[in-house]
Amino acid sequence: MTSTSALGSRRALTQDRVINWLFLSFLALSLLVGFLLLGALLVDVFRKGVGELSWSFLTNPPSSLPSRAGARPAILGTIYMMILLVVLTVPLGVGTAIYLEEYANKNRWYNRWLEINIQNLAGVPSIVYGILGLAFLVRGLGLGRVLLAGALILTLLVLPTVIVAAREALRAVPDSIRQGAFALGASQWQVVSRQVLPAAIPGIATGAILALARAIGETAPLLMVGALAFIAFNPTILGDFTALPIQIFQWISRPQEEFRHKAAAAIIVLLALLLVMNAFAVWIRNRYERRW
Amino acid sequence: MLKGDDMETAQATEPAVRLDRVEPAIADRSDPAAVAAVQVPPVFQVTGLSVTYGSHLALADVTMDIRSKAVTAFIGPSGCGKSTFIRCFNRLNDLIPSARVTGQVLYHEDDLYSPTVDPVEVRKLIGMVFQKPNPFPKSIYDNVAFGPRVLRRKDELDGRVEMALRRAALWDEVKDRLKTNALSLSGGQQQRLCIARCLAVEPDVILMDEPASALDPISTSAIEDLMHELKTDYTIVVVTHNMQQAARVAEMTAFFSVDVGEDGQRTGVLVEYDETQTIFTTPADPRTEGYVTGRFG
Ligand SMILES: Nc1ncnc2c1ncn2[C@@H]1O[C@H](COP(=O)(O)OP(=O)(O)O)[C@@H](O)[C@H]1O
Ligand SMILES: [Mg+2]
Repeated sequence: MTSTSALGSRRALTQDRVINWLFLSFLALSLLVGFLLLGALLVDVFRKGVGELSWSFLTNPPSSLPSRAGARPAILGTIYMMILLVVLTVPLGVGTAIYLEEYANKNRWYNRWLEINIQNLAGVPSIVYGILGLAFLVRGLGLGRVLLAGALILTLLVLPTVIVAAREALRAVPDSIRQGAFALGASQWQVVSRQVLPAAIPGIATGAILALARAIGETAPLLMVGALAFIAFNPTILGDFTALPIQIFQWISRPQEEFRHKAAAAIIVLLALLLVMNAFAVWIRNRYERRW
Repeated sequence: MLKGDDMETAQATEPAVRLDRVEPAIADRSDPAAVAAVQVPPVFQVTGLSVTYGSHLALADVTMDIRSKAVTAFIGPSGCGKSTFIRCFNRLNDLIPSARVTGQVLYHEDDLYSPTVDPVEVRKLIGMVFQKPNPFPKSIYDNVAFGPRVLRRKDELDGRVEMALRRAALWDEVKDRLKTNALSLSGGQQQRLCIARCLAVEPDVILMDEPASALDPISTSAIEDLMHELKTDYTIVVVTHNMQQAARVAEMTAFFSVDVGEDGQRTGVLVEYDETQTIFTTPADPRTEGYVTGRFG
């Protein structure tokens, strides 16, 4: 009796081990696939692009001569776009999230309706936003094919994602914090601004930056609202514009091999800008976590 | 006021001795109200109070007075509406969308639920300590300073913070690390910090919902000592599931129970409210007697 049960449990143990081993191998495999793909991509881009990276590449405007072509208008366009995006999406997105999480009575039909719509908007393809931008901003409002129109469209594109991320971060703040603050005679606004929001900022920053980073790489909606590839001057908010993804797209579709290398160099620049953005998010997170 | 190291010794002594030690505190405060505590009218007069959550009648028809500058304990089985009831005194039930409060609560003759009363103002006078210590994820100092800052009483902020921490018998343990995160304190210290945070607002009443039920016995006795200390200046209402605790700290005790209706709805009712002594020795209601003796075995 005792010996059979001991044997039985030993068999179960071996089985557990096999399952454990299989699971670990699966994890290792997925990690490997991810790393290999990313690695291959990076190696390819760097092999082609690093040689092209130079001060003149960063400061020259595009040109039909590969030797003279640079990405300055595209880099500036993307940087302006990033700044506009942060300025537009963070207040709007966080504000909406605060309303939905802290103020809205979830029993009201219009609040539930808002919620469902925002969740659905997060799944709309970016080209659809581009069409909306063309019809509504560029033509309807008569904004024209300008950088602001591009930034507004990207704002609409990432707003749902930012709202969802900010709501998650707000929801992660325990209710006992709110109750404690209310019980001390704080108003709703004081509870939100002094306790809930500071506690949620690290989560909001991470979510918002990830969403914005995706938007910065978007090409389709910008093509729709008329970003141009050949801009010889510095872009302005209310003028013709281009951006790095557009420039990359243009260069890659050219027949000359040199332009492909320019595209690779532009990809490296775009990656560097995204890294700067992520570093900023990490900095915000650490700053607020240290305060606790 | 007692210094922190006096408190340590006070913890170990018997309640009677401890009360003697409190004497100078009353003399210190040239506050006639504290001395004449027993004669003053009730702080709260509750009449026909009922609370429903949606369609669930959770607490029915409670009528009672809360004595000034004394400890009043609410006891009863879990789910009988003690927390629901205590949250009526600082209008914290307003935060629960489905909760409806009917009946009357008079606070010093003012109707707490009158439409002209702002619940935010109510909570400045009636503080609350929760079952689970809930310090803000900020420094010890910022926790205590939150109330005064919110009330824009920023003059003498350091003094207010020190005062509150001393009254909560926490000053000596934290005075050298006021800038460290409150979450690094032990559970018992966190709860005393929450009491300090509440005292810094200078309330009139302190509500405590099972303030010691998440704490170890030593921290529990520290909290009980604190209640003895504080009742000279504050009216205290405490929910507890621990009957010895009610017997030790409270002048008045209310026993709540659950009535199960024919539709299976569980509704809390006030069974008996009297001097603590009476509730534990000669209760008038057999349900009170059953509960009180059942627990002691
Ligand atoms: N926020 C709430 N929403 C709905 N029902 C609640 C809520 N809080 C408490 N209740 C109900 O009210 C009754 C009393 O609960 P509570 O006041 O917490 O009792 P106690 O503190 O005595 O254990 C319970 O039946 C509980 O389910
Ligand atoms: Mg309770």
